[in-house]
Amino acid sequence: MSTPLLSVRDLHVSFKTEDGVVRAVDGLSFDLERGRTLGIVGESGSGKSVTNLTVLGLHNPMFTTVEGEILLDGRELTTARESELEKLRGNKVAMIFQDPLTALSPYYTVGRQIAEPYMKHNGASKKDAWERAVEMLGKVGIPNPRQRAKDYPHQFSGGMRQRAMIAMALVCDPDLLIADEPTTALDVTVQAQILDLLKDLQQEFGSGIIFITHDLGVIADMADDIMVMYAGGAVERGTTEEVLRSPQHPYTWGLLNSMPRLDSDPGAQLSPIPGTPPSLLNPPSGCRFHPRCTFQDRVAGTGRCTTERPAIGSGRASACHLSADQKRTIFIEEIKPRLG
Amino acid sequence: MKEDLVLPAQREQGAGADGEPLLQVSGLTKHFPVKGGFPIRRTVGQVQAVDGIDLTVHTGESFGLVGESGCGKSTTGRLITRLMEPTAGTITYRGRDISHASRKQLAPIRSEIQMIFQDPYSSLNPRQTVGKIISGPMEINDINPAGGREKRVRELLEIVGLNPEHFNRFPHEFSGGQRQRIGVARALALEPKLIVADEPVSALDVSIQAQVVNLLQKVQNDLGIAFLFIAHDLAVVRHFSQRVAVMYLGKIIEVGDRDSIYTRPRHPYTHALLSAVPEVSLTDEASGGRERIRLAGDVPSPISPPSGCRFRTRCWKAQDKCATEEPPLVRISGNHEGHLTACHFPEEPTIEAREEDIVLDPALAALEEPGPDAGAQG
Repeated sequence: MSTPLLSVRDLHVSFKTEDGVVRAVDGLSFDLERGRTLGIVGESGSGKSVTNLTVLGLHNPMFTTVEGEILLDGRELTTARESELEKLRGNKVAMIFQDPLTALSPYYTVGRQIAEPYMKHNGASKKDAWERAVEMLGKVGIPNPRQRAKDYPHQFSGGMRQRAMIAMALVCDPDLLIADEPTTALDVTVQAQILDLLKDLQQEFGSGIIFITHDLGVIADMADDIMVMYAGGAVERGTTEEVLRSPQHPYTWGLLNSMPRLDSDPGAQLSPIPGTPPSLLNPPSGCRFHPRCTFQDRVAGTGRCTTERPAIGSGRASACHLSADQKRTIFIEEIKPRLG
Repeated sequence: MKEDLVLPAQREQGAGADGEPLLQVSGLTKHFPVKGGFPIRRTVGQVQAVDGIDLTVHTGESFGLVGESGCGKSTTGRLITRLMEPTAGTITYRGRDISHASRKQLAPIRSEIQMIFQDPYSSLNPRQTVGKIISGPMEINDINPAGGREKRVRELLEIVGLNPEHFNRFPHEFSGGQRQRIGVARALALEPKLIVADEPVSALDVSIQAQVVNLLQKVQNDLGIAFLFIAHDLAVVRHFSQRVAVMYLGKIIEVGDRDSIYTRPRHPYTHALLSAVPEVSLTDEASGGRERIRLAGDVPSPISPPSGCRFRTRCWKAQDKCATEEPPLVRISGNHEGHLTACHFPEEPTIEAREEDIVLDPALAALEEPGPDAGAQG
């Protein structure tokens, strides 16, 4: 097996704030292979966006402490100099942000913004870069791309702006594409277009994609592998099939149970996860999920959940003290019937 | 949160016979002027936000309004609560025409129609305590419940699953889900008969969303309050509403009971909307079954909407007739009672997968043309 495209090892990211130290990411490890899509799901504040900003070195070094390793193609990024990172950003690693209106500059034409990274990283002439920008706009489905490249972002609709963002991200044919909630701000019919577009473009460009979202439906549609995050750490990982068909972590169960679906029984009550996500200023001891977990009394050995933080292995794994047998039987006997 | 709370009985509430129209809207229209030009700014166009919609909400029922952004669903909510005055059409609340009623005439009705807003951060005054926020409506309407307002506030906090002792805290001390509960408590303070909930859960995290949906459902069932539930999330609307209307560019294009809309939709747009919802498939068999339709482009501008049927520019069935003649919202053959569709060429009443995907998006079509279709899982 070759080295993975991206390998994150025991990453810790913390911010200094007025109220204390926020441990936004706390001991996270994962790998991403070329051409695959890793979906990261989690609620707001689970550390999914911070992880990816750190990969790109977009955190503020004044207030942020980063420990651990981030290896892109075997190259360490956490200790890389800003000038090295600049060569990577927009070139080998690109990012698609949630809100395309704030991510695009209102002062420059869309074409120029797409051409810029191509000029910078490939040393292309202005004319070639412009041609490339027009080509990319056509590829992401902007009608009449030669004309529209001269437009400013405000002249584009929401869906078109997101397409322009995708064109900008893919212009240098990146190895790694990080998409941070790329469709959250869009309508469903447009979201479906953009998701299909990303899937089709991935086949063409062969990039590895990290796809961050809070929507399990979107993840099911997009990802090959899933990592579920809660309060700064991974709680479950595996292939999409494994995580969604036979989830093993109480938090994943809770997420699936609390979501109304188009085929669920409309009269039934939803089963929400009790309580609220913890503050990362002062996270719970032991398992981060234990204050909201309804299964902790079944764990062998008293008080383990409150004192010992469960580890998560590599491959198919979940961070929970329940035994593998317990997880399987609880899911089949108690969780699955409720999913209808 | 507590799920088995005992709700205090509400006075003469929900007693009306089921099926009696509480709110009737007909031909409701709201156009916003677009100003432009220099040096004299004049009206250069009209945003046709809502353009002639009819709907009826019965006592104690939950009516869902779905549509994409810009389709006019929020404007409809604001017109019904009379936060805006309609350009045309009538709003009849319990037999009284309130479409152009003055502030004074509206005062007694306002306490019966309440609103829950989307953003629990901006809809609560940060300088007021929770107690003040919730008792605000009672103060304005000069209502003095037995035992005093504070007692009623505690009661309401208990109903929405918050600690009654927290009435003198400020909104910033609560999380998003808890703030939304405060918003619900405020809406309940005057024992309304109709609550207009404009995207009440879309700003919340998934695990919290379910808590608030359950709370609203409990409130609706136990207190018999009618809901106009406005949301873009089709699954949430299906979960919450017995009847659903689908809006597109200021018009209702299909309306019917939950089953009709979600399992027997007839309008192509409803089909497209349902097929676009990304879904977790939990069944073991291959996740076929649902059709895949990918529309091209975005919703057209409501300043100059297409002639005839407004959906025709994105519709795969559109013909000449669609451009010239606007389809009426009627019960077309094959529809169940109460299921109305505005389409000249309706679809088969099914959401099963078709033989072929409908991909109207030029970029997708171009990328998918060579080789077998890669993403048919829908």
